[in-house]
Order: sequence, then structure tokens, then C-alpha cells
Amino acid sequence: MRTIVIEPEYDAWRAAARQLLAQGVSPEEVLWTDDAQEASLFVGEAPAASAPGANAIKVPAAFMDLARSVAAHTDARRWGMLYRVLWRLTRGAERHLLAMATDRDVRQLQDWSKAVGRDIHKMHAFVRFRLVGTDAATGREQFVAWFEPEHRIVRLATPFFEKRFAGMDWSILTPYECAHWDGTRLHFTAGVSRSSAPDEDALDDLWRTYYRNILNPARVKISAMQSEMPKKYWKNLPEASLIASLIAESAGRVQGMLGTEERAAKPAPKNAYLKSLHAMNQSEAAAPNHESDPA
Amino acid sequence: MDITRKLEILADAAKYDASCASSGAARKDSRGGKGVGSTGGMGICHSYTPDGRCVSLMKVLMTNACLYDCHYCINRRSSNVTRARFTPDEVVQLTLDFYKRNYIEGLFLSSGIIRSADHTMELVIEVARKLREVHQFRGYIHLKTIPEASQELIALAGRYADRISINVELPSQQSLNTLAPEKNLARTEEAMGHIRGKIDERHAEKRKPDAPKPPPFATGQSTQMLVGADASTDAVILGCADKLYTSHRLRRVYYSAFSPIPEPSSILPLKAPPLIREHRLYQADWLLRFYDFKVEEIASAAAPNLDLALDPKLSWALRNRATFPVDVNKAPRELLLRIPGLGVRNVERILGARRYTRLRLADLVRLRLQMKKLLPFISTADHHPAKLGLDSDSLRARFLPPPEQLEINFDAPPAPATSDFLSVRSGEL
Repeated sequence: MRTIVIEPEYDAWRAAARQLLAQGVSPEEVLWTDDAQEASLFVGEAPAASAPGANAIKVPAAFMDLARSVAAHTDARRWGMLYRVLWRLTRGAERHLLAMATDRDVRQLQDWSKAVGRDIHKMHAFVRFRLVGTDAATGREQFVAWFEPEHRIVRLATPFFEKRFAGMDWSILTPYECAHWDGTRLHFTAGVSRSSAPDEDALDDLWRTYYRNILNPARVKISAMQSEMPKKYWKNLPEASLIASLIAESAGRVQGMLGTEERAAKPAPKNAYLKSLHAMNQSEAAAPNHESDPA
Repeated sequence: MDITRKLEILADAAKYDASCASSGAARKDSRGGKGVGSTGGMGICHSYTPDGRCVSLMKVLMTNACLYDCHYCINRRSSNVTRARFTPDEVVQLTLDFYKRNYIEGLFLSSGIIRSADHTMELVIEVARKLREVHQFRGYIHLKTIPEASQELIALAGRYADRISINVELPSQQSLNTLAPEKNLARTEEAMGHIRGKIDERHAEKRKPDAPKPPPFATGQSTQMLVGADASTDAVILGCADKLYTSHRLRRVYYSAFSPIPEPSSILPLKAPPLIREHRLYQADWLLRFYDFKVEEIASAAAPNLDLALDPKLSWALRNRATFPVDVNKAPRELLLRIPGLGVRNVERILGARRYTRLRLADLVRLRLQMKKLLPFISTADHHPAKLGLDSDSLRARFLPPPEQLEINFDAPPAPATSDFLSVRSGEL
């Protein structure tokens, strides 16, 4: 049994996995860890320098994508599982393995990948930028956001923001890694605490106005909201502070509508366009073979 | 009137449009430009309101003043609702401010009809033009268009928008005559036909080798139908949707349950929104678009309305029991797609896996399929349901939700309970 200690990054796993595979080390012989503290308890054995031709390992491109995504998950078992599936795909001669969604290992990797994908998607959705100033030299607006991802997704999720918000300077701060864009370069720094990010933006109130008014109180369905926007995100969403009161007042608002006296139709105002429209409708109705009922 | 008050009125007035989709746009982004914005790939819901609906676009009306008198609509001319009107610059600024804070994917802009169709269209287009040309905004824009507007204006709207739409509102002219006397189904369809022509034209231009890139045009159009405001059956509604999908290649037809509005009309009394019916229509719509079902199979002349207690696929399966059980190891894709509880993705997974293995129940459990629903309708290497089960009268009863769930959570079919999986698992271990 050998212990492989790696940085918790895809590239580190890939380099180590390549060497192990080249040396023919089976998955059962390897204990993967990305925690230096824990690793010191074992007698670590660094993988030997790779043999010539070690680069010639061919794996399906789909596996590399899957591995890159799984690597961002926080489950400690991911490195070992990735290596096991890599082994099966190559040495195990199961090249079709990824087509087997019914396989336990594949299913596990897909589940992790899906969780990471969801986390990335939610980051794209729920990051909220706050305006902090304007760069005196360039005139570019500067924004800062705070987000708490579940997995190590900052590097996977931020190229999206670069494409979308190229025209403004921004930083997204998270507890483990921060991303910054200045118009030319996307770069990363160490994580910070929440107090480093601004709490409010002058536009938040207007946004809450929108949120309050776009709700249809006659269709309240709280479970549907929560399955897509779980409570753990609420503390960083300016609009979430309204949720409780909106739910509480909805039934009363609907009762109010149902209790309103019905209004009779008003006659059409004098408007040339409306007159022409009514005339057009009448002549169309008179046309005998007009197909108006799609059923 | 200040901007907050206008936003209150004009967002409130826009909420009855169900569409908030921001997917299906051409790929574009803000790199190399001065502005912000990107589209392409799947849409993003930036928030959810307590009605469970996604907030993706800032959905507002230019104005809620309207010449029309559609009785299901809060903005009809007979309503006494407070009227407001944005200037184009106000909408532009709100869109950019909201977008830069990552509240939204873009703008959904509609309007009450004022003065004339063309005049209204021009106001709406002016917002989109400023966003695109002055501010280099590359986010998502959905513009509502008016069928009576000139073709040039609709074409211009399509140049700036990622999606354009015209609401059918009601599936028959007869219903429109009563409830929306200004609207005309034939003109709506004609306008949709023109839009389809434009979309197709650009698509063809794009595919020509060596031709310069054609100017942008919306990549899709959609529409909305109101459910429960008139007496139209589900067969009529789905027939209309199917026709729009096939003849004008709409991306989406939205079904919007008629729901209580302030300022009700005496011609259309308020009632509780038929949410479960709306839900079943969406399920049926999915069957039409992704499962190769025909309208007559889902809602026929003999039974024109969907079964509210069961989803339409299960309902079809119970009416067509001779088709089952289907052998998941051998059946062609089109037959797998007919199995209740089996979605498109899992059909693909089954097709992929069965090339290398004979599927057993344990494999399906690992795919996290709804086993309880599936079991009577499938056979696997280790499962051959008795024909008896399929013949029995109690099969339908097995799938009916308990009555109290129908009342409490009537439009969300209960997710399969974990006990369903457990029972299957313990049965085969």
C-alpha cells in the first residue's frame, strides 16, 4: 500500500495518476489523500519518475471532463474513485465503462460531477455584485461579490463571469479562493472572510421592489421555490429577506381580489387604430372559409 | 411618479406572462466590447419567488395603459388599475443596473397597446436598440410583438431580440371574440409564419459557405395560452399547440392557468387557478415534443380532457395495456419512451448500458428510477410481471395519490418515496 499526497487539484491528481498507471500500480494499492496533516501519519512514498512512454495512455475525452469536474468535489474519496475508474478504463480493458450508467463507480462519479455542476450553476445564478466604486484612471465600474460555494468550483465557475462582465471590474470573494477580473486578466487569490465583502448595494431596494411585485400570490408554492433556491443561499440574497412576509400576506391578497366587485366593460374609446382593428375583425369573421379554429 | 412606483406597477402588470426562459439564444458575450452581457447555453434562474417560479429576466411592461379589452387581463381598458409608463431610458437603465449586479439574465419587455400597434412596437424596439447599440448590451432580450404591427417593425424587433413572441392567449377565435374582442387568431398565426420565415432565412444564410455572417435575428419564438378562462378542452388546447409547433416551429408554448386578478371583469368571474390542469398540459406538451406522442393519443375527441389524477403518459399506458410489459433489454427507443416513469435521459442511459450488459432490476434501481411506477410495465433479465397485474382493474387505483395529497399539494405530483426504492432493493437482495 502506498499513500499519495496531492494538492486538491485536478492537475495534481492527473500527474500522479499517470505515473501510477504507467507503473502498473493497481487501485487497491493506493491510498489517496489531499490533506497533508493526515498524510504525515503514513509513510508516504512519492511516485517514481515516469517511465518513457508513460504519456501514451489513451482515455476517452469524456473521462477527462468528468474527472476535472469530480476533482472539484469535496468528498475525500474522489481521488481513489477516479483512479479506480481510470484503471478500469485502461488496464481493466473496460473502455466502454462510461456508457454504463448502471455501474456503481460510474454512477458515483456522475453524482459527484452533477453536484459540482449544480454548485457552479447556482454560483452563476446567486452571486450578487455590489458596486464599490469607479476606477479613476479607466472609468470602469468596480463590483465585489461574496459567495459560499459548497465545492471547490471558483476556477471552474468564474470564466463565465469573465465573458459576461468583461466591461466592468469585479471580484468574487469566497472562503477558500477569490477571483478577480480587471478587464485584461482573470486571476485568483486566497480565500477571505465574509467581512471583506460589502453587505448592501444601493440597487438592492429596487430589486426587492421588483421581486415583491413579480410574485403571483394566487399561485404560492413554497416547496417549488425551496427545491431550486434552498435556504442555505438565502443569507446572501438581498431579495430573500422578503420571502416570509410575502408568503404570509399572499392568502389575504387573493381574498381581496376575490372580494372585489366585478367591473363592467367600458365602451371602446375613439381611436382610429382600434376602429380599424374592429373593422378588420368583422370582415374576417364574415369570410366564409376562414380557418380560425385550430382544433 | 418615481421609478420605484413605476416598477411596482409595471412588474405587477407583467407577471401573468409565464415565460421567463433565457435559454436557446445564440452564443455571444461581452469580451472585446465596452458593455456587459452573454447568452448561449442553458438559461439561468437568478431567483425564485414563493410561487415557485423562476426569476430569470426582468419582466416589465413599457406601459400598462391599453386600448384592448381582454377580460382576463388586469391591464384591459375597462380595469381601474393605476396606469404608469416607463420611458425607454428608464427601462434601459434598470436593465443594465440589474444585470451588472447579476440579478437577471436580461429583459423581457412587453407593453399595453397605446395609440396603435406600430407606435407601441416602436417604443419597445427603441429600448432594445439602445441596449444593443448604445450600451453594447449582449444579455438576453425577449420582446413581445404585436401581430398587427408592420412586418418591418417585427423584423427590426427580431434583429435586437434573442426571442420574440406573440401570445395566442386562447385557442379558438370563438373564445377570443368573447374574451378578447381585439385579438384575432388568424392574424397572430400569419405573423408567426412571417417570423418563422425570418428565422429560417437567417439559418439558411448562416449555413452558406463563404457568405458573410448575416445580421443577427432572434433564434426562436414562443407563445402563451391561457387555461381555464374559456371552455376550450385540453384536446383543443393541445391541438392548437401542436399546430403551432409544426407549422411555425415555435420553441415553446406556455400554458398559463387563469388566476385571480385585481379588478376582475363581469364577463369573466374569478375562480381558483386550475394549477393541476396547467401542470398536466405541460406534461402532455413534453410528450408531444420529446416523446413522439400524437395529440389524439393524449386527448381524443372521445376523451377531450386530461386525467387530472394521473400524468398523461401513465394514463395512456393504462389505456394501452397490450403494449406492456416492455422488455428494457430489447425494446427500441420509441417503445422505451412510452414507459411510464422513464424519461428521455434514462432511456439514453438504458440504451447505452444494455449494449454491454443484460439489465436487471438492481441496475434500474441504481439509475434511481421510479421503480414502483415502472414495475408493472417492464420486464428485465430478472423481472417478468404477470400479465395479470396489467389486466387487473386495481392497476389504476395503485397509482392514484391519496385524496389528501390531491388537496394539499395538488399540482406537484409526489416524488417517489425512498420506501419505494427500499422495497425493490430488499426484494432482490
